Amino acid sequence: MTQTIVQPEATAPLDRVLSGPRGPRKQQITMARIGIYGFLIIAALFFLTPLWVMLVTSLKTLPEIREGGNLFYWPREITFEPWVQAWSSACTGRDCRGLQPGFINSVKITAVATVVSILIAAINGYALSFWRYRYANLVFGILVFGAFVPYQVVIYPLVVAMREMGIFGTFPSIVIVHTIFGMPILTLLYRNFFSSLPPELFKAGRVDGAGFWQIFFRIMVPMAVPITVVAVILQLTGIWNDFLFGTIFAGRAHMPMTVQLNNIVQTTTGIREYNVHMAATMLTAAVPLAVYFISGKWFVRGIAAGAVKG
Amino acid sequence: MAQSASAVAARRETNATRRPEYGRRPRFRLSTLMSIIGTTPMIVTAIGVFVICIIYSGVLSFTDSRMLPSYNFVGLAQYERLWNTSRWLISVNNIWLFGLLSVGLSMVFGFLLAVFMDQKIRHESLLRSIFLYPFAMSLVVTGLAWRWMLDPGLGIQSAVQGWGFENFRFAPLVNANTAIYGLIVGSIWNSVGVTMAIMLAGLRGIDGEIWKAARVDGIPAWRTYIFIVLPMMKGAVFTAFVLQCVGMVRVYDIVIAMTQGGPGIATQMPAVFVIEHITDRLNVGLGMAAAMMMLVPVVFLLSLLAFVQWRGRVAKEKAL
Amino acid sequence: MQTSVSIRDLSLSFGNTRILDKLNLDIEQGEFIVLLGPSGCGKSTLLNCIAGLLDIDDGEIHISGRNVTWAEPKDRGIGMVFQSYALYPQMTVEKNLSFGLRVAGFGKAEIQERVQRASEILQIQPLLKRKPVELSGGQRQRVAIGRALVRDVDVFLFDEPLSNLDAKLRSDLRVEIKRLHRKLKNTMVYVTHDQIEALTLANRIAIMKEGEIQQLANPHTIYHKPVNLYVAGFIGSPSMNFLQGAIQHESGANDPLFVTDSGLRIPLAGYPFAEAPDAGLPAVLGVRPEHINIADDNRPLPFQQQVEIDIVEPMGSETLVWTQIAGQTITFSCDSDVLVEPGQTVTIGFDPVRASVFDRESTLRL
Repeated sequence: MTQTIVQPEATAPLDRVLSGPRGPRKQQITMARIGIYGFLIIAALFFLTPLWVMLVTSLKTLPEIREGGNLFYWPREITFEPWVQAWSSACTGRDCRGLQPGFINSVKITAVATVVSILIAAINGYALSFWRYRYANLVFGILVFGAFVPYQVVIYPLVVAMREMGIFGTFPSIVIVHTIFGMPILTLLYRNFFSSLPPELFKAGRVDGAGFWQIFFRIMVPMAVPITVVAVILQLTGIWNDFLFGTIFAGRAHMPMTVQLNNIVQTTTGIREYNVHMAATMLTAAVPLAVYFISGKWFVRGIAAGAVKG
Repeated sequence: MAQSASAVAARRETNATRRPEYGRRPRFRLSTLMSIIGTTPMIVTAIGVFVICIIYSGVLSFTDSRMLPSYNFVGLAQYERLWNTSRWLISVNNIWLFGLLSVGLSMVFGFLLAVFMDQKIRHESLLRSIFLYPFAMSLVVTGLAWRWMLDPGLGIQSAVQGWGFENFRFAPLVNANTAIYGLIVGSIWNSVGVTMAIMLAGLRGIDGEIWKAARVDGIPAWRTYIFIVLPMMKGAVFTAFVLQCVGMVRVYDIVIAMTQGGPGIATQMPAVFVIEHITDRLNVGLGMAAAMMMLVPVVFLLSLLAFVQWRGRVAKEKAL
Repeated sequence: MQTSVSIRDLSLSFGNTRILDKLNLDIEQGEFIVLLGPSGCGKSTLLNCIAGLLDIDDGEIHISGRNVTWAEPKDRGIGMVFQSYALYPQMTVEKNLSFGLRVAGFGKAEIQERVQRASEILQIQPLLKRKPVELSGGQRQRVAIGRALVRDVDVFLFDEPLSNLDAKLRSDLRVEIKRLHRKLKNTMVYVTHDQIEALTLANRIAIMKEGEIQQLANPHTIYHKPVNLYVAGFIGSPSMNFLQGAIQHESGANDPLFVTDSGLRIPLAGYPFAEAPDAGLPAVLGVRPEHINIADDNRPLPFQQQVEIDIVEPMGSETLVWTQIAGQTITFSCDSDVLVEPGQTVTIGFDPVRASVFDRESTLRL
């Protein structure tokens, strides 16, 4: 019984991806079998090629690239210089500090926005599951609608509002924007999770005299660990990979890594340093890739949980 | 025993005298107040952003706002202008082409991969990791990687030519007619893995007995997949579809990274159009008119969905 | 004496559905009351109202002489034990027990002492450091009760606490609860849909249907003198036999007769009518299967009838036999040593004193 509490219903079916194959049984090596592996290997090559190309390009010297060396080949001479440059001295216009400042900005933005957005969404989901005040479901309905609204529709009014409040282009503004646009999906995620818990736990808390916050922090939060892992993965990768909000709301001082990467690569002055660009691209992809490989099966859950909005 | 019973009675007495009465209905409960305070960010977001901001965007689309909001109403002039702007018309064409092809191909390949993955293959989890990792990367990274691969002078084209295939041509991004297909390749590379994962979850959720039944009936495997299994996993198909569609209206990042809307205006998209008009091009009125047009298909699809669900519920009630 | 729980004119609706309508219930100090009824009869709703987990529309709730109609659950002097026990999974037994006290801001020493006392009473001291997952069903139940115990409450509320368990464990824990009640002497209000639990545990049973209490009485009265057809049919397994007919008076005889629709005459000599019924009143005669016996020539029953056996269901301890009287299907139970077979003809009978007669129109007991 308590097992089902620890293993939330909300994510359980998604683990099916991870269970064994269930298709028709196949026998020895047949033509069909070869075809299957052939298709899968070609697909795998298609998915791996860009990563391979990025890697080998970033390890080549610029002359080797420009002299028409083959895109796919391992470097004749390995150099780590492009990585060093990408990290600490690549130029965006006149600013030649590399990706470093963008990395630090992205870390700050991702850390704060992940915590804030998840905390708020967890409270929302909790309140929507147990303390339904009047019109709460109407508000929630509007929020879910918001999950489908193209960002472009609301961005400009948000810019105006933030300018009026004097926070446009500041650190709080980018955190607020991520919190706003992460809220529909995360709230849905938490609401589904809390609704799947036995309501009696909540009642027991009330009989024990715990109020709104005590039940939340002392009973619900400790039980919400699995769903929170999913939410953290979702937000870490989502916020780190964001480009649009970073361009508009972060301002020069808090420009995230993705925006800086794009600026470095798109800078048209001088010779294009393809190797540095690819090193910078890989550096930017490193954090979400690390999250992906460390989190393993949780990542699949995260995606499928994000898909719950459908 | 008697002692404890009297103790209970005594305690009850003190309780009764100490504790107050609660005969009157409280005007407001503390817990309700707390739940409203706790969900204030949600209320502000829902009402403030998803109602008021949308309305405000709508209002601005009827004005001649340039860089800052103006309240000089010009009626439908911005919409008229919008539909006479070639940049917008190309954007609309592009999003349809891009949307249909990348969603369609992503669904087809995602399903195929899922089916092939379901054949008791070896190294399934390794393959799954390979198919899925692009999704962890941002669309900017995706776009930049593919832009480099598709570089006419140094990319795939020249590499294959270097192998002796002198006439090989594969550099879609430099040609206005083919640039959009380059975007589609990048987009599919990023998203097929997710479709595959969701579809595979759907496949694995189907009762295994189906295979026995199909085998007993002598139905070939491919027919079973298309005519029996696919309809049974329509939940997964729908989820993957919605996920892809929601992504579609937000294609800003990959366009900026791969083509910046070019060559010329060949790969303009509504999402890019709106952002450019509220930033560099300083024409908020026109940009908001375009934004409202982006909202139209979303509202249409959501209404359709709501209608279908409502119909389903009514039908179910009638059946009961 | 002051009542422990007193409910006056309680009404509650969800939307347009009236769940409880002007319900009244008085529970004595130390009493074990069972609210019994099918799902959807409002028994759990009533319990939640008493606990303060649902706001009522109208009426008053008094607990231990205080009006607590609008009090928060914690201020009512109640403790609640739930169907799934609702132990906080991430807390140890000790933390589970002390949670309410910690929330209320009690001192460490006081908490320690109360937890100690409760765990002694419930014999769960060795479990204090364990988590709920590591406990058996019975142990969980004791912890759940302990949670109410440490808070020194006057009234224990049980919401179907045994429904999740298998039959064997259920009967063990039933005894456990009964023992606890004898020891603690608290007022207990217990909701269930299981009539065996109700009959075995209760001082008084309140049988509910559609938000109304049909009968509130001790188990014996409920079983033997059900106030209406609903209660009669609901309680008892296998359920009571009903014969459709009418009351008739025969000239010369003191006692009325029950005449079935097909004309079979059943004397009602000695039946304790509340008041003499009118002749011709359409009525239903109810007899429990165990009150019908195979006739014994040495001790003839007031009513006897020859019947042909239809189906025989051996149940182990007894045998259930299906047959027909006056064209209406009835069942009766007999000792499993008695060998009967389908098609066999036997004489069966019963004593009308042990039967129940209901007005067919109002369904009330006559």
